[in-house]
Amino acid sequence: MIERDQVLHVARLARLSLSEEEVETMVGELSGILEHVDRIGNLDLEGVEPTSHVVALENVLRPDEPRPSLPSDVALASAPEPQDGAFRVPSPQAE
Amino acid sequence: MKDLLQMTALEAHEAMVAGDLAASEYTAAWKEAAAGDELNAYLWRNEDGEDSKAIAVERDCVAPIAVKDIFTTEGVPTTAGSRILEGYRPPYTSTAVRKLLEAGAPILGKTNMDEFAMGSSNENSAYGPVLNPWDRGRVPGGSSGGSAAVVAGGLAPWAIGTDTGGSIRQPAAFCGIVGLKPTYGAISRYGMIAFASSLDQCGPLTRTVSDAALLLGILQGKDPCDSTSVGLEGGVSLPDREDLSGLRFGVPAELGHDEYDSGVRTVFEQTLRKIEELGGEIAEVSLPSSEHGISAYYVIAPAEASSNLARYDGVRYGMRAGGDGDLVQMYETTRSEGFGPEVKRRIMLGTYALSSGYYEAYYGQAQKVRTRIAEDFSGAFADVDFVVTPTAPSVAFGLGEKTDDPLAMYMNDFFTVPMSLAGIPAISIPAGLAEPDDGGPQLPVGFQIAAPAFGEQKLLDAAYALEQGIGFDARPEGLGG
Repeated sequence: MIERDQVLHVARLARLSLSEEEVETMVGELSGILEHVDRIGNLDLEGVEPTSHVVALENVLRPDEPRPSLPSDVALASAPEPQDGAFRVPSPQAE
Repeated sequence: MKDLLQMTALEAHEAMVAGDLAASEYTAAWKEAAAGDELNAYLWRNEDGEDSKAIAVERDCVAPIAVKDIFTTEGVPTTAGSRILEGYRPPYTSTAVRKLLEAGAPILGKTNMDEFAMGSSNENSAYGPVLNPWDRGRVPGGSSGGSAAVVAGGLAPWAIGTDTGGSIRQPAAFCGIVGLKPTYGAISRYGMIAFASSLDQCGPLTRTVSDAALLLGILQGKDPCDSTSVGLEGGVSLPDREDLSGLRFGVPAELGHDEYDSGVRTVFEQTLRKIEELGGEIAEVSLPSSEHGISAYYVIAPAEASSNLARYDGVRYGMRAGGDGDLVQMYETTRSEGFGPEVKRRIMLGTYALSSGYYEAYYGQAQKVRTRIAEDFSGAFADVDFVVTPTAPSVAFGLGEKTDDPLAMYMNDFFTVPMSLAGIPAISIPAGLAEPDDGGPQLPVGFQIAAPAFGEQKLLDAAYALEQGIGFDARPEGLGG
């Protein structure tokens, strides 16, 4: 089960602002999904190594040679609000 | 020569190489067919006059291709089925698409998909659902629903998609075509918009196993831009195996009858008999942890997604909303307006699973289940060459039928998720038709064959022999057969 307060907390962490209706739906749906997922919580997996990646690769390196990078005008071409060769964003401080 | 649109990609390729078919004529015929899309399968089509570097290459070999809209293509709209990327034209091209262009395959269009590849019905696209060419009241499967529908619906000779937990195999099964999820690492993920990076893999959706082999041969390879790519040693040859003698096919003992429809079961059992007729041997294998695949997957995939999708913040590309407030308000408004319900649900699920106090119980535990699932397969492959299951628990279901129940939707991935977690290759081939359990006209059923990691050649050879033995030649109404 997941409570309403937890949903609001997780939404803040995820940078999502949910409508009142979305919060209600999310409480019900996430609870249902987590109830199913919780079945693995009861498995005895003491000593089992976790798998984060299936292909055993270590230290994949390439020669450290300078190469041309994306020109800044190309990198900025898709930005919602480019300005003076930079990405413009609203102030982090509330007005 | 056969009607241009009835030829397989391989047949057309061979005719072009032999000089019997002009690439321009063939491509023009497919462009015209693609323009008749009534399935909402294309989000963008390559029409003359479109300013695009991605369409410049055209040589006298290899058939034009439809590309899932998750692959970045320089100068061509790439949305991943999301509102948040509406109008985005990437400054670079994904390795998979670059390899296609270098091989001479022009891009026919970009196909519709579940938003950020999250879904099993294509109903999570911000641009509307794709209709199944067999029955327009039903879903084509997902998330590569557009890619499956264009191939089955006569709108493209072949296509590429991506598979994280079944997103190539399940739509291929629902649309009566071939879908291959290669070994994790076989094909570069560079430029493939990330959903769950430890699971995502590009692969072919084709009419035949031979077409899948031809396409895999073009796509595979180690790429300096993707440090997890390995490629397939020795490349891929066209399959030519005629029987299955000496091969052992394992059916999981845990495969209860509750998990799938009776029509699917009938076709599955017929296919097992066909394998025996072709000289193959059916054995029982044990995959005890597979039943926990869905639970582990729906922790791991959302966890990785919640991290990957943090990049959509209204700063560098894509849409921005709420720019009049402060920075955090802008992030939150952009993401809340830009993402659809399923993407929000998975971001929430993943963020919760990774949050302080829950990490070990969910993410840590799921990663251990993942180890167990991979060990189950290793154990099985000590005894058999392949593991076989139905691809999906049912035939294509109705539009809107499962949209109110996320867990019921997730259960579509029951048979496909274990192979994704283990990173092994698996193919779905059309095995027959069955009536849906709730009645209605017959629809395609997929048969899934899984092989050990990097066992693609053996997998394709066996799938080819079985495909020839089954002789599936049904096509959606109005498309000949």
